[in-house]
Amino acid sequence: MSNLVDQITAGLKTWARVNSPWVIHFNSGSCNGCDIEILATLTPRYDLERFGVKLQGSPRHADVLVCTGPVTRQARERLIRIYEQMPEPKFVVAVGSCAVSGGVFEGCYNVMGGIDRVIPVHAFIPGCPPRPEAIIDGVVKLLSSLQSPAPVQPIMGPDGGKA
Amino acid sequence: MTQPIEKIETPKGERFIIPIGPQHPALKEPGHFEFTVDGETVKDATVRLGYVHRGIEKATESRNYIQNLYLLERICGICSHTHAMTYSLGVEKLAGVEAPPRAQAIRVIVAELERIHSHMLWLGVAAHEAGFDTLFMYSWRDRETVMDLLELLSGNRVNYSANVLGGVKFDITPEQAGDVLKGLDFLEGRNRHYLDVVSNDALLLGRIRGVGVMTQADAERLGAIGPTARASGVALDVRIDAPYIAYKDFQPALITETAGDLEARFKVRVREIEESIRLIRLLLEHLPEGELVARMPRRIPAGEAISRVEAPRGEAFYFIKSNGTDTPARVKVRTPTIFNMATVLSLAKGLQLADMPMILVGIDPCFSCNDRMVTVREAERAETWTWNELREHGIKVYQR
Repeated sequence: MSNLVDQITAGLKTWARVNSPWVIHFNSGSCNGCDIEILATLTPRYDLERFGVKLQGSPRHADVLVCTGPVTRQARERLIRIYEQMPEPKFVVAVGSCAVSGGVFEGCYNVMGGIDRVIPVHAFIPGCPPRPEAIIDGVVKLLSSLQSPAPVQPIMGPDGGKA
Repeated sequence: MTQPIEKIETPKGERFIIPIGPQHPALKEPGHFEFTVDGETVKDATVRLGYVHRGIEKATESRNYIQNLYLLERICGICSHTHAMTYSLGVEKLAGVEAPPRAQAIRVIVAELERIHSHMLWLGVAAHEAGFDTLFMYSWRDRETVMDLLELLSGNRVNYSANVLGGVKFDITPEQAGDVLKGLDFLEGRNRHYLDVVSNDALLLGRIRGVGVMTQADAERLGAIGPTARASGVALDVRIDAPYIAYKDFQPALITETAGDLEARFKVRVREIEESIRLIRLLLEHLPEGELVARMPRRIPAGEAISRVEAPRGEAFYFIKSNGTDTPARVKVRTPTIFNMATVLSLAKGLQLADMPMILVGIDPCFSCNDRMVTVREAERAETWTWNELREHGIKVYQR
């Protein structure tokens, strides 16, 4: 009996999560280009809210962490803190070439590299900056994978987050 | 949501120090503000900069001149063209090359389209901070028109990559020019509506009229630049004071307001959109014929050059030093926001805490990521306020 209840609640949770993911956006050193495109996805032309996605401020209420920009030495601690403040299960989306790999800033003395050097990442959306359609596509793909029997597993960078 | 502000009992004379920040990494000049408040009134303000520093200037020294074009375009995602253009102008000056007239005109067209997109973006963000989300959504919806035009011309929405050393990468065909003109007609109509809203909407005026007044003398003393200075009546615009490329032949009108308050800053920016539309139409009508790229020498000769460009937020300034190798010896970048920061600190004094979001946004500092502030009371109790809570506090105070 309790097994059935667990099954039903788990299904219910996934349903709620997929239909209304709350997103927090953190910029760890981006040039603003990706941030504007993320904001553009929320405005009337693209309207990400039709997928139930809500952008809000506190990491404690968030399901999905949307990161932009390479991780700078100053932003690293804050990024980890925000990630740790989020409740489980949590998902990380890296938006833009810099968040994926450090991009054009790779090799700068104050840049650690992509987001996956610091925290595990579930979805990578490349582009400089990615189009709003690409951001929507990435988020929708992540959400639909949660409904499948084998949801996406987070990927950690080469240094295993020790960067 | 932390404790609502009404419940905090403030003994008379006791002060809060409210740090805003410590970082909002979206900015090239990310900052940490500390407002000392007595009750609701801000008594003092300080700023600390340099939180998210990527080391771009140093990185330019290990990349060659062409690679730097791509790196410097990514200093800012809002005025990307400005940075690439300022850098190109500097390198062209070093090489003794001038871009062909058609390339100059295309550079100006893209720069003015970028100004329109930047100002509309600002209009939306500022309206959002004032709690006027309807205007935010409308201006961002209409902003997509100018994004479409930029995409039509360059193939990308944000980093247009229009510049190459010695000219531009793409041409504007007559069909494209027709589409741009059509888009501008739509934008002009919408812009007239926005000018009406920012001059006549009673709800918005309640938050912006007479708030944060900066006199002309103050603006000059504090070194304000760009639309922030022009809203205080300072006649300062690099496009007019030191015309570069096609601005020599196609002069924009100087847009100034005298009031110096937030309303004037709204008006200056909205009227600048109008002026940009006029300028683009004029340029498309008189687009010079000819080459797109001038031949650049293989090696940039040793020397020093400066270049100045009017970015949407004020003057962008580049110093480039070449030692004759394939990489620059030094590139110094000066962006406008940092010079307007001083005006925020000065204006803040004597104003209500609730006005702070609007004062900060008033200089157009790309404030999208400032979502954290801490309330420290006598170093005993610390509360964390998010940027949203500060914004909501501002809206609530003005609902009375």
